[in-house]
Amino acid sequence: MIVEIGHFALVLAFALALVQSVLPVWGARSGDARLMATAGPSALGQFLFVAITAAALIHAHVVSDFSVVNVVENSHSLKPLLYKITGVWGNHEGSMLLWVAILALFGGLVAFFGGNLPASLKANVLAVQAWIASAFYLFILSTSNPFARISPAPIEGNDLNPVLQDIGLAIHPPLLYLGYVGFSIAFSFAVAALLDGRIDAAWARWVRPWSLAAWICLTLGIAMGSYWAYYTLGWGGWWFWDPVENASFMPWLAGTALLHSAIVMEKRDALKIWTILLAILTFSLSLLGTFLVRSGVLTSVHAFATDPARGVFILAILVLFIGGSLTLFAWRAPGLKPGGLFAPISREGALVFNNLFLTVGCAIVLVGTLYPLVYEMATGAKITVGPPYFNLVFGAFIAVLLAAVPFGPMLAWKRGDLLGAAERLWFAFALAAIVTIAIWWPSTGALLTALGIGLAVWVMAGAVVEWAMRIRLLRAPLGESLSRAWGLPGATWGMTLAHFGIGMAVLGIVSESSWNEERILAMKPGEVVTIGDYQVALDGMIPRKGENYAEEAAHLSIRRGGALVTYLEPSRRMFATRRMATSQTGIATFGFSQLYIALGETDKTGASAVRLYWKPLVTLIWLGPLIMALGGLASLLDRRRRIGAPVPARKPVSKGGGPKDSGPPAPAAPMAAE
Amino acid sequence: MTRKQRRLTLIAVAGLVIAAAGALVLYALTDKIVFFNSPSDIVAKHPKPGTRIRLGGLVREGSVERGGNAHVAFEVTDGVASVPVAYVGILPDLFREGQGVVTEGAFDASGKLQADTVLAKHDERYMPKEVAEALKKSGEWRGDTPPK
Repeated sequence: MIVEIGHFALVLAFALALVQSVLPVWGARSGDARLMATAGPSALGQFLFVAITAAALIHAHVVSDFSVVNVVENSHSLKPLLYKITGVWGNHEGSMLLWVAILALFGGLVAFFGGNLPASLKANVLAVQAWIASAFYLFILSTSNPFARISPAPIEGNDLNPVLQDIGLAIHPPLLYLGYVGFSIAFSFAVAALLDGRIDAAWARWVRPWSLAAWICLTLGIAMGSYWAYYTLGWGGWWFWDPVENASFMPWLAGTALLHSAIVMEKRDALKIWTILLAILTFSLSLLGTFLVRSGVLTSVHAFATDPARGVFILAILVLFIGGSLTLFAWRAPGLKPGGLFAPISREGALVFNNLFLTVGCAIVLVGTLYPLVYEMATGAKITVGPPYFNLVFGAFIAVLLAAVPFGPMLAWKRGDLLGAAERLWFAFALAAIVTIAIWWPSTGALLTALGIGLAVWVMAGAVVEWAMRIRLLRAPLGESLSRAWGLPGATWGMTLAHFGIGMAVLGIVSESSWNEERILAMKPGEVVTIGDYQVALDGMIPRKGENYAEEAAHLSIRRGGALVTYLEPSRRMFATRRMATSQTGIATFGFSQLYIALGETDKTGASAVRLYWKPLVTLIWLGPLIMALGGLASLLDRRRRIGAPVPARKPVSKGGGPKDSGPPAPAAPMAAE
Repeated sequence: MTRKQRRLTLIAVAGLVIAAAGALVLYALTDKIVFFNSPSDIVAKHPKPGTRIRLGGLVREGSVERGGNAHVAFEVTDGVASVPVAYVGILPDLFREGQGVVTEGAFDASGKLQADTVLAKHDERYMPKEVAEALKKSGEWRGDTPPK
């Protein structure tokens, strides 16, 4: 019964989305306030119905209702409760449901918090959200129904893929989808602006918090996925340039560009048309990612199932939305008023530079991801485009962008002084140069490593120097500096943290790829092996039993200079239902570095294959994005941008109509530095 | 500078960056890609030692030999031809005789593939697409469930 209610609620959400697709736009075009006003309640209604649907499916999984195909295929009565819940989206149907649930959530949030939006903009935005939602409801209902029944019901289910039975599944997909789908709001705003034929700085002010929220989730989602792969796969890799990783990375690159160009639009009323295009492209890349993952055209660990009908359906959605929005763009964009002027050397110029390199970087990833498909269609031969391509081409371009990062915030709006900026950055540059030389000098060979570390130091030091200047650190009494730091706007803190975080991540990446130590050997109990500064002794093997698996764990003691530091217990788990083994790695963190041990099979002589890694500064790879996300949060909480808070700009938003005059560039809130 | 001059400067800079990216992409896409081959392809083509390739097929029954210190040797077959592979390290959890596998590495002078990557996917029901197609080509395909 509950299952049927869930199914029915999904159909109702679809029906509501269809209504919401038409009435508000109609109202906006004919100026009918009542029709426009239907958008809000129906968006909230959609969210309510989808929430009922999701709750019904979760309920079916939790009570192990094996009359539902989805539960049979992905669950088992003995599975721990956490994995019964997370297993709901650990499969194709459930993950699509999560997708639309988050879409409905965002639609509901816009309806709820969008009280200060001009009525026609709000109506159009919610209508565009409903177009997307309708397409995906139809997709689920017609090709991926999670509520399909099976009769007679089996007594037991097939269990969830053991690799997915991890806390990572509880965090990674929801965060990633919050990011992916969150960019639909920016997309809807862009399309709504094109429908309206009007765009101004206030538009950017509304779009930025939504994009920022999506970006924060996507950043965390990607980082979490990377760490999950790292600790679960057992060979110490954290990024594989796998098509599915690229599918999440491309919207991130485009979204990062969008955040930066929206600043220019908000502060200077320039780059308007470009910002609209970026908003469209970012969500288009999210859709492309969904297509790549869900259609199975690219084989990958993430492809749960491959079904041609589904692939064609999502491809149709993809073509419809990307093609449609770009056509609309080509038709309406030339009619938009161009924005303000600025010199090439200026804050705006720096942000354009940022956008240029981020979009080119994104294109590089796109080409590498799709090239195997194109190549196979053209020649029939199968190829892989792997790390050698991405590391070389993407690495080269992103390095140029990173080298420029510290300059951006040093330049003034409209007309900047590059020489002056360079002078103020001397300390960061000197520090980076010293570090580079100190690494390169003793072993003149690792020039790339030295340059990479130097680059990371440059970006981090650049961010700190800029921050120190803002608070007049060491130039004013400490108390004054502190009160200045306290008074810095959230957006400024956000920028400093995000730039510092990207530097941290680069430091971790370069350090891990250059100084990673690896030992693979067969160890017998009693044997000792040295890696990094640590001696690892295999004390013995311990067999254990878990709820739905049996495992063989290795007990290892880690010593440094003879003194016992800690124990690690990597293990191999055997899951009976699927007859699958997984490995649980043993990881010990020392400072920012990690000792990583994975266990292989035990041979007839009683020796177990063991893989040990010493990974210097590896945790920075994920701490960096964490700091970046923290920066995003600081910026999001900025009082001036809080959703619903009165805009403190000198130009109050006129009620109902939004600023009709896109004349003088919005003075907006001044940056603290000016 | 006028609006037009500025726009031209921007277009010129963007053009340069895009041209540089294009050149680098084209270079990397001819030089840094790896071809996928089935064992029959390898026997027919005899790739030169040192060329990186991706080899996919089934792990031949009874061919897995475990040496000391995590050295493993096995053969990859598509039912028609077999290619010897050597690997040092921990094999993936799902590596088994008779199961689909994709390996990547370079051939040594003796015609053995020195693999640095061995992929067996995570799901028991899963068969790498390339392997499935290669098996269909060699006539060893046994329906939609991978051969046990």
